[in-house]
Amino acid sequence: MPMKIGTEPFFERVDRSIHDDFMRQAMASAQDRLRGRKLEATVGDDSLIDWELWRNAGEEIRRHTLENLDFYLEQLSESYAARGGHVFFAATAEEANRYIQEVVQKKQAKHVVKAKSMVTEEIGLNEALEAVGCDVLESDLAEYILQIDDHDRPSHIVVPSLHKNKEQIRDTFREKRGYTKSEKPEELAAFAREELREAFLKAEVGITGCNFAVADSGTVALVTNEGNANMVTTLPDTQITVMGMERIVPSWEELDVLVTLLCRSAVGQKLTTYVTGLSPDLEADSVDSPKDYHLVIVDGGRSKALGTEFQSALHCIRCAACVNVCPVYRHIGGHAYGSIYQGPIGAVLSPILGGYEEYGELPYASSLCAACTEACPVKIPLHELLIKHRQRYVSGGGHPKASEKLSMKVFGIGASSPSLFQMAKGMAPAMLSPFTKEKRIEKGPGPMKPWTEIRDFPAPSRDNFRKWFDEHKKKAGDDQ
Amino acid sequence: MQGTIQNREGFLNTIAERLGRQRKQSVNKPEWNDQPQFDVYKGATQDQLLDRFKQACEPVHTEVRETSVSELPNQLKETIMDYGSGSIVIGKDQRFVDFGLMPTLKPFDVHEWDIQLGQENIDKAAQANIGISFSDISLAESGTTVFLSDKHKARSINLLPYCSIVIVAKSTLVPRITQAMRIIDQRVKAGETIEPYINMISGPSNSADIEMNLVVGVHGPVKVVYLLVRDC
Repeated sequence: MPMKIGTEPFFERVDRSIHDDFMRQAMASAQDRLRGRKLEATVGDDSLIDWELWRNAGEEIRRHTLENLDFYLEQLSESYAARGGHVFFAATAEEANRYIQEVVQKKQAKHVVKAKSMVTEEIGLNEALEAVGCDVLESDLAEYILQIDDHDRPSHIVVPSLHKNKEQIRDTFREKRGYTKSEKPEELAAFAREELREAFLKAEVGITGCNFAVADSGTVALVTNEGNANMVTTLPDTQITVMGMERIVPSWEELDVLVTLLCRSAVGQKLTTYVTGLSPDLEADSVDSPKDYHLVIVDGGRSKALGTEFQSALHCIRCAACVNVCPVYRHIGGHAYGSIYQGPIGAVLSPILGGYEEYGELPYASSLCAACTEACPVKIPLHELLIKHRQRYVSGGGHPKASEKLSMKVFGIGASSPSLFQMAKGMAPAMLSPFTKEKRIEKGPGPMKPWTEIRDFPAPSRDNFRKWFDEHKKKAGDDQ
Repeated sequence: MQGTIQNREGFLNTIAERLGRQRKQSVNKPEWNDQPQFDVYKGATQDQLLDRFKQACEPVHTEVRETSVSELPNQLKETIMDYGSGSIVIGKDQRFVDFGLMPTLKPFDVHEWDIQLGQENIDKAAQANIGISFSDISLAESGTTVFLSDKHKARSINLLPYCSIVIVAKSTLVPRITQAMRIIDQRVKAGETIEPYINMISGPSNSADIEMNLVVGVHGPVKVVYLLVRDC
């Protein structure tokens, strides 16, 4: 399944999400905990001296790397191939999937095991592999939970199963895998460990994403906690890494800074349990390393942001710090975005990768409070990019929906004529009177519906500001 | 053997075109304006780093047992017993000899990694209760052990067994990941081929994927213990 989640229109998704009490509570609680941990590990950690200097360093490294992306990707491909690995540049998701299908088919592989990777979600790799007869198993605990629950979709970049409670997970394990124990997280995790250990040992192909590739050494760096990515890169004979083309650093010197920013911003850890540098292995007689390495570098629409006002969106290191401070995400949760990339970065990135037709409404899922910009460890001006998207969307860069075009047109006609505007303004109280109860509207029509489902809307006054202003001006004149 | 590169030119030309310029043949990496990483624990003594390392181990659920070089064999034996002994797997690593640990290990059911035995090594590691390894570089800030794994010091040893015992020499302590990555960076710049698997491990595997509750021990080891050796 590619980047898109669900088929419902945006407002219907939002409407459904805000009525899901467990989900809203889970999102709020997770946000509070993740944000608290991040603050403690960043601005609250005196040993770092000044977190702002780290953010400056991160921003400078990302800007330089993206400005010279062609050079560093060329260097990466040379160094990876020099170590015996194969590199495939894929302009589209289809090209990437086709190449990976071919690799797997050549190996006559049937069992594929994966570590968590957003880019493979984005390109719909699982479905592509299943189409050629492979059994694909997700090994990250959260992804495993989603996969066995009829391929449910991620609701958070870092904690994809955030919308599920432990009782739901227990029931899914019971129904789909014959689990017999309780809803205790320790027992659920131990069950997954046992089930997956067998899968790791029999898999012929292991697939991971890439947190950062190191250009000059041909290394793929993985930043994880569970150890599943280490299993995936140790036991199967064929190793495939799929990376978004922007996930690259010049050398290990910069990797240091970015890994620090990522671990502390994503989960508030000094380092995650595993920080692994994987490079193709030339030693033919190694026992526990893959024999064949493939690196698939995906554009998938990213290049559309280069050289534009959106280039800095590609600086993102996928820490989800912006998601964890967003008041809109807190209320609507991940699935309402309709994209595997959620929160402020999702609202910026999804329209770039998937177009305004599909994701043009997402930049409106923001209060523009700028908390995201302040939280971003590489200083992406997220709220400014959201405004730029909105400007492009309404000025014809996007393709607003017919209903929005119609309402803008009606407003345009009304506002273009003082008499029509006066008439519409004067009619508002009368038009809304059927919905008005004691000067408040509790169940508003049309675009007022989502608002009034959460809180009341004051009924329009029969007086208005212009009238009030004219009267006071006249009165002031009379007094002089 | 040289690997293949496919579809590169068109892909990179598109990037250069979008950036509004010709392809770059060389890039001068700037001196970064801010480099706060070098100021963390700057000037700390080895003793201070040792204290910092021990403090960092608690939040990552890792037991630390401090010992001297001469007491290490006894401490290792005691730790193996405390963690249930059973089958043990170790790498082919000269340091077991240098620290005089081979006689200590002899009475136990120990498998020493041997590339001639192929798959049998993995089977043994997957069934082992304990894996024993040496940290190549140790990071004080995060309680991290760094393994420069190769075909003899295999990556499975501190991944597949239920418990991982890691011998951490005080002399391997550096302030943070910065120094470890700098060592690797300098080797790359000197044209060396770095190890195919460089693993920085901070404690047992864990997950917070179920309602944000921390579960220690997911796919990797469930228990990790460091034997911290005062060798300097």
